[in-house]
Amino acid sequence: MHLKYESQLREPLVSGNKNYHQVTEDIVGPIEAKPTKLWYIGFYIAVALLMFGVYSVYREVTYGIGQWNLNKTIGWGWDITNFVWWVGIGHAGTLISAILLLFRQGWRTGVNRAAEAMTIFAVMCAGQFPIFHMGRVWMAFFVLPYPNSRGPLWVNFNSPLLWDVFAISTYFTVSLLFWYSGLIPDFATVRDRAKTKLRKRLYGTAAFGWTGSTKHWQRHESLSLVLAGLSTPLVLSVHTIVSFDFATSVIPGWHTTIFPPYFVAGAIFSGFAMVQSLMIIVRKVFNLQDYVTLGHIEAMNKVIVLTGSIVGIAYLTELFMGWYSQNKYEGYTFWYSRAYLFSPYGWSYWGMMACNVLSPQIFWSRKMRRNLFVTFFMSVIVNIGMWFERFVIIVTSLYRDYLPSSWSVYYSPSTYEIGFYLGTFGLFFTCFFLFAKYFPTIAIAEIKYVLKTTGDNYKEDMSKVEKMKVDEFVHEYAH
Amino acid sequence: MAKKKFVVACFDDEDVLFPAVKKVRTAGYKIQDVYTPFPVHGLDHALGMRETSLHTAGFIYGITGTTTAISCISWIFTKDWPLNIGGKPHFALPAWIPIMFELTVLFAAVGMVLTFCYLCQLAPFVKKHHFHLRATDDLFVMAIECTDKTNVDDLKSFLSNNGAVETDVQIAEEGWWFGRYDNDEIPFQKSQIVAA
Repeated sequence: MHLKYESQLREPLVSGNKNYHQVTEDIVGPIEAKPTKLWYIGFYIAVALLMFGVYSVYREVTYGIGQWNLNKTIGWGWDITNFVWWVGIGHAGTLISAILLLFRQGWRTGVNRAAEAMTIFAVMCAGQFPIFHMGRVWMAFFVLPYPNSRGPLWVNFNSPLLWDVFAISTYFTVSLLFWYSGLIPDFATVRDRAKTKLRKRLYGTAAFGWTGSTKHWQRHESLSLVLAGLSTPLVLSVHTIVSFDFATSVIPGWHTTIFPPYFVAGAIFSGFAMVQSLMIIVRKVFNLQDYVTLGHIEAMNKVIVLTGSIVGIAYLTELFMGWYSQNKYEGYTFWYSRAYLFSPYGWSYWGMMACNVLSPQIFWSRKMRRNLFVTFFMSVIVNIGMWFERFVIIVTSLYRDYLPSSWSVYYSPSTYEIGFYLGTFGLFFTCFFLFAKYFPTIAIAEIKYVLKTTGDNYKEDMSKVEKMKVDEFVHEYAH
Repeated sequence: MAKKKFVVACFDDEDVLFPAVKKVRTAGYKIQDVYTPFPVHGLDHALGMRETSLHTAGFIYGITGTTTAISCISWIFTKDWPLNIGGKPHFALPAWIPIMFELTVLFAAVGMVLTFCYLCQLAPFVKKHHFHLRATDDLFVMAIECTDKTNVDDLKSFLSNNGAVETDVQIAEEGWWFGRYDNDEIPFQKSQIVAA
């Protein structure tokens, strides 16, 4: 007898007395239904935003970077802020699927598929910003090291900006492979239930001819585990390298050794907030409350309060170092440009503090962690706060140079700069709407795999095992 | 491609499947494969499969990535075009670690996924015989290869006695072929019929 047992103290991760077939029904059902009116409305809004983004980018490519309000010292503005913001959001997916897999956190199974999808779309959005920031975007391939007719003049392998090229592209590729290799068996499930010709054909192609053979599953398990092992340091490395873009420079406010862990914690923080925003809607719209339970939401809120507090400690440490270093430029940046409320950009610093450090503390209360409205509201607040953080880091360090004569005029974005940002929202949500409608949003095979350990009906069966005396238990289960 | 005759038994619970696998194997039947909707731990051992070496392949791909990164960068920066960057050493190993790491991960991941797809013969437009459509839903499907000596009826009742909820006999292609899932034709079989 194969004993699967999990403590009764742990909340069931799959509620509603499911069996294997019901799991398939529940998750594949929404894919087979016709899209609702609400879906179309959301999708068209996303596409409209995307179109505005395309137009903004068209302006920027045709007329040049002057379409944006970047100026003399603020060479990085909204564009790089948005880049770091999106990359940060893109960290939750791989964190959930990789690090939590290695840590054997069962609750990841309910949210990992959607979180990985979110990661991929967020990284796609992030990538647009540095690429179009290059100005002459048709030269973008110059960042790749290939033997060329310019010498060959190579890229600078000692530069963090080039490390970023490698880090982001590797991260995107590996996340995509991880996501898709997990999707193959689930596509096969959709394929084998398909009724129409078109579905059979499309899902048949997407499922790569998966049969569910034991040998294939054995290899699939090995693949997932090694990819998780590889992705774990990868997640940490990517935002570390993004932070190197700043930390290896000698700009006051950027030149700090605290950046890598601080950025990684911030990335997880914003990523989980985005997962919350999306999953609260998805579970409601597609009726998946049995798979993404309040327990899942609570677990993610715990991560949010932890990482939010880590980020808070980092902010305070920076302020302390701004004073303790007794470097007047550092002191000016941290204590005037940032922490002084009435400095030109003081509002963004205090916005960041309020959104990232103070408000998430609400999640120390269990009642708040399990309140969907509070969670959704907070997830939006956290992402606004994390956007402020990147804006604070970039703009408050750049707007005043060492030389007062080169201090810049007040920077605020142009229409097309904002349009580009809105466009990436369009891209993100267009992709996410398509994903939510046509892909299994929850990893079906993984849910089935944990069902008999953590489904509520199976847990109830185990309570009689729990009451057994040792002798009885040995008699029953030890052969 | 060879067509073979299989006795197919479906189980609806992995706890019934395990003893059945054991009994079928001790009775001397050859289990072609067991198709399951999710990875059933220990089933590979119960079927007598060896461990996969995919992770070893992954390690080899990984170190290939590391070596590629360090050899390319060091050749570029010390031999091909030694750039003077602030008078710093040309061979600046610490600065190359990020790229070496990224390429290690990239090579290992891409290589492993391709190897996985090759070993399992997975690709778009590849089609295989599916013994039971519910094998990806809620059934555990065991396919047993028949030889000339196999008594099909005996085997079927043996399987039913061991908990199979459904049994039948299928003649099926073992391998894969290019095909679409909305189309039941098997390209090379058609030509066989014409020749006959």
